[in-house]
Amino acid sequence: MTWRAEAGRVGAIAWKDLTAERRTKANFNAVAFLGMLVLLLFGFALGPDTATVRGVAPGIFWLAVLFSGVLAFNRSYQLELEGGALESLLLYPGERWTIFAGKLLANLAFLLLVEVVIVPVAVVLYQLAVPEQWPRLLLVLFLGTVGFATLGTFYAAMASRSRAREVLLPLLLFPMLVPLLIAAAEASAALLEGDPMGNAGTWIRLLLAFDVVFLASAILAFEHVIEV
Amino acid sequence: MTAAPVRESAVILPLELRQVARRFGRRWALRGVNLQVQPGEVVAVTGANGSGKSTLLRVASTAVTITAGNGSVFGHDLRRRPASVRPLVGLLGHAPGLYDDLTVAENLEFAARMLALGSPGGAISRALELCGLSAHAGERVRTLSSGWQRRVSLARLWMQTPKLLLLDEPYNSFDDEGVAIVNRLIEEARKRGGAALLVTHSLAQAAAIMDRRVTLRHGVIEEGLLPQLHDAPASHDGARSAARRVAGAQATLELS
Repeated sequence: MTWRAEAGRVGAIAWKDLTAERRTKANFNAVAFLGMLVLLLFGFALGPDTATVRGVAPGIFWLAVLFSGVLAFNRSYQLELEGGALESLLLYPGERWTIFAGKLLANLAFLLLVEVVIVPVAVVLYQLAVPEQWPRLLLVLFLGTVGFATLGTFYAAMASRSRAREVLLPLLLFPMLVPLLIAAAEASAALLEGDPMGNAGTWIRLLLAFDVVFLASAILAFEHVIEV
Repeated sequence: MTAAPVRESAVILPLELRQVARRFGRRWALRGVNLQVQPGEVVAVTGANGSGKSTLLRVASTAVTITAGNGSVFGHDLRRRPASVRPLVGLLGHAPGLYDDLTVAENLEFAARMLALGSPGGAISRALELCGLSAHAGERVRTLSSGWQRRVSLARLWMQTPKLLLLDEPYNSFDDEGVAIVNRLIEEARKRGGAALLVTHSLAQAAAIMDRRVTLRHGVIEEGLLPQLHDAPASHDGARSAARRVAGAQATLELS
């Protein structure tokens, strides 16, 4: 019964965040547009050499996701702060980790939707061929996004109490994302080239390990981060 | 044959605060508050701006943690068992605590799901009706006036049916009908064996319902101040000096 109630709370928070976003669409448009803009600007900066652009495309794609995604995390808690809703949220019965899990679920769904828009743009802009192992590439995309959303949701909660949260969040978040960025970019690059060295599996396992560690740590620490 | 006397310790108090202090940065908002609220009691808290009234409610609701001292709600320790306290308390704060882009009904649906109510549909309809919100159920909260937004917050409290009501300026932004809804909410809590602590400047509106009044001044409750001086913990220098200042002021008043 308790687990059912907690799962209901997780679902309620995710539903509430996504419903509010669906109403305004302001955040989705901004994040998707920024993602496409980053891809475009890197394309201009790298020049017309197709081989060079293809080689660095996975790294640029993940940077585009990271830069644009930060906006989503900030907005996620801004929603709570606007009408003093965070205090009400914290006073509902139940475990505090359900707040984190609900927000994580909403942010994950949001980022995956943004990726649905910017992946085709990256494919066209950088002239990428869809590899044979595309299901594994989708798995990398999913695992990388889970790790990013986990850390982003956690650090956004930490920064939400600060007046300088927009500046603070990337400063806290980006250094922690370095291992995830390397693993996601390397796995993506290997799979786009057909995985000739057979090393994509190692990077995928590393991504999975990061996700598990980040998720467990964030759930355990969230109560202390959100406490006033 | 006479009934055996009930020992005072056997009564489970809706709220008991013992030397509760709370600091924000370098400023002490509460400096050693002692307060007991009896079952069925409605206590009005008054005091000047910045005296710690809202902090007192937030501490009792577990919205903010206690820096020193301790307290309990229906026997549940505020510091060690805040998760057990939360289902028992309902806080109506300054801010409505609503989501502007959701409709009134959606805000209440969210609350019902967070409260894990058995039949949310019925509870939402009843709360909407009791607070006169049925005609506004489909409107986004953003489009409502502050008075109507406060009614939505009240509707949420109706659904929660908390045993201890913590109401911060509950009569603000309300017309006569709104005031009546607040007082009815308090009466319902009282009937369930609960209690209410309300911060208000509108004593006239609370007069019909309140049992007693306490006054906060610089983070301490003025009544019963002198006996607490010797019991104050050593770390509460600020609390002690503030208490002495108040005591000094009282003595001066008596002399004059």
